Amino acid sequence: MYGRKVKLRILFLVALISSIILTIFLILKSLEENVVYFLSPTEVKSLNELTQDKIRIGGMVKENSIDISSEKINFVITDFNNEINVMYSGLVPNLFQENKGVVAEGFLEDKNYFKAEKILAKHDENYMPPEIKEKLGEK
Amino acid sequence: MIFNYIGNYSLIISVIISLTIFFLSISNLQKINIKKKINLNKLNFFQFFFVLVSFFSLVVLFVLSEFSNITVFNNSHTTKPLFYKISGTWGNHEGSLLLWLLILTLSLFIYFLSSKSRPIKERLLTLIFQEVIIIGFLIFIIKTSNPFNQIFPIPKEGLGLNPILQDPILAIHPPVLYLGYVSTSIIFSSSLASLVQGNVNNLWAKHIKKWIFASWIFLTIGILLGSIWAYYELGWGGFWFWDPVENISLMPWLSLTALLHCILVLEKRSLLSSWTIILSISTFTLSVCGTFLVRSGILNSVHTFANDPERGLFILIFLFILVFLSLVIYFLFEKNLKTNNNKFNLLTKESSILINNWFIMYFLSVILIGTIYPIFLEVLSDQKISVGPPFFNKLLIPFLIPFLIFMSIGPNLNWIKNKIFENKIQLIIFFILNLILSFFIIKIFGRITLTFTILLAASFYLFYITFKDLIKKDYKNISQAISHFGFSLLILSILMNSILSKEIIANLKVGEEIKFMESTIKFKKVENSSRSNFKSLVGFFEINNKDDKKFLFKPEIRIYNQPQVITSEADIKTNFFKDKFFVINLVKGENYFNIRYQEKPLMIWIWLSTILIAIGGSVSFFKRYEK
Repeated sequence: MYGRKVKLRILFLVALISSIILTIFLILKSLEENVVYFLSPTEVKSLNELTQDKIRIGGMVKENSIDISSEKINFVITDFNNEINVMYSGLVPNLFQENKGVVAEGFLEDKNYFKAEKILAKHDENYMPPEIKEKLGEK
Repeated sequence: MIFNYIGNYSLIISVIISLTIFFLSISNLQKINIKKKINLNKLNFFQFFFVLVSFFSLVVLFVLSEFSNITVFNNSHTTKPLFYKISGTWGNHEGSLLLWLLILTLSLFIYFLSSKSRPIKERLLTLIFQEVIIIGFLIFIIKTSNPFNQIFPIPKEGLGLNPILQDPILAIHPPVLYLGYVSTSIIFSSSLASLVQGNVNNLWAKHIKKWIFASWIFLTIGILLGSIWAYYELGWGGFWFWDPVENISLMPWLSLTALLHCILVLEKRSLLSSWTIILSISTFTLSVCGTFLVRSGILNSVHTFANDPERGLFILIFLFILVFLSLVIYFLFEKNLKTNNNKFNLLTKESSILINNWFIMYFLSVILIGTIYPIFLEVLSDQKISVGPPFFNKLLIPFLIPFLIFMSIGPNLNWIKNKIFENKIQLIIFFILNLILSFFIIKIFGRITLTFTILLAASFYLFYITFKDLIKKDYKNISQAISHFGFSLLILSILMNSILSKEIIANLKVGEEIKFMESTIKFKKVENSSRSNFKSLVGFFEINNKDDKKFLFKPEIRIYNQPQVITSEADIKTNFFKDKFFVINLVKGENYFNIRYQEKPLMIWIWLSTILIAIGGSVSFFKRYEK
């Protein structure tokens, strides 16, 4: 038979490997559940079925589209090909302005309406979502 | 401008000195001539000195607003206050790397002076490894991000520093954080050197412990400063957002914390030597990794200065070489580690430290994967995703419970052997009492969840135990008692803060009123004023409590002229029980203001307890050794 020391060592290794496997399993499992996808309005339009998950939509705030009242702020996100209407009530970041980049996080009502829970702050006045930068570059 | 040349040439001189030190150390190592006096101290000093000269030239260029220098042109402006001209030196990619290098050479200089008790071969090897890092960074700076590039014709005015970076805390945040990051390089080099020499033992542990504590203290304070800044400047109304950049500073901290505990086991019991080496390597790798991810522009955030793929690629290759080399060294010399026949007993301090290390490694891997998985996915499949707070909360919080319980039990166990603890019953009864107490706290304030109740109970438990240790007047372990007490206070404040915080968000016009809880918030007026580098809009808000107490809040919006950026300055009223936080934003025109009012209990205790954690570390750092 193996000595006590070898047995202990094997036990230790088994514990180590199983805890590593468990860790990876846990992480991957909750990654699956908690990941938020980032889409552009065009990508939303081309969705086959409406997703129930939380998503992020990025683009530019369309000119003259901000409509504000005491409870809500509505606006339109555009990527210059397609647009999507956003309904929101809550805090907006400093750089939330027309003709500036914006990222909204929330749920799709249908392919034209998006109910946002959060508008994300971008700290750079020149920030533009990458897809849009590409689009503008093509023009 | 003369300083451009001075700075540039001192950098080149330091490359030459570094190469000299590198080859001198190698030749000294081969000669094994220990008696021969080596003048490496002087060379180390000159290396540090020339980097310092170069750094000062950049500071002078910033102070004089010399726009012939591209770095100054891109990041400064004549109307900026002097203080921010100076702090602007490291508020950009090139300057911050120069600061990295400066601290790198400084720590090598200090190391070589303070390590005279160690075998000369180990010191020389440390020197060699450290020079590899220094030369790598020097080449990186000179080739891809030279701060002394010139521009012609000379512009009249600079582009200005991002106003949210114009802040006293953010002026000292990078240097402190870098002191923490960079001094881990010494731990890295020294651990590799002692591995090669077969010196990984309790004496080495005692020696390197100082460096581990020093970098840990700086890293703790650096992260704290960043967090405080994010709290009052970004107006997000919190102190931690699981933002990739925050995670990246937390990862080396976690690894270093594990190392800090592990080195104690090595010192006292000569165990866990290979694990110590692995942690030393991973800590420094994570530090460089942090610099790479933040500076390469892969993560889009406040900290990202430039989007230059060449820079990212360089650091990536450099990082890869470092990891590869250290792993090769590890596997080649692993047999040098003396396997100790000391037995591990289950109920001892060393095994509880091992358990603590396992938990920390788990936290670390969760954060690591959550941070880099989106990057890999984007590179591989072009899909853009983000991993937010729910992911981290879900994976970290349940495991925090056993971690806290182990933390309350572990430190009171003895080394080597332990009797089953005597006052077991008292401890269990106390835990049940805590459980009931926590249940009622959560029931009163809503949000009854099982995890939250147990978590609160566990942190109360830790709080009680560490408090007991703190007032025990046992000065031998006073530093540990302070740090652990600080940690329990931190967890408790964070929990209470997240359970009890209340807020309201609304859009208001001047003169309008809104109800919040049992008080009313009235928007009285807006005042305009103008300063040298920004225009300011101050909103006056009056909050009437039900018992007719009035509070006036004056949150501000600043519209900076160069570069044109709008920032919000929150108005925060702090006391020991809660913070009142008021922030406004401008939305289209100037009719409606987007307002947010928050009451955040125990906010100040989050900062104070973190300071306490760092104080515990400092006590240990300055402690004289008994015997």
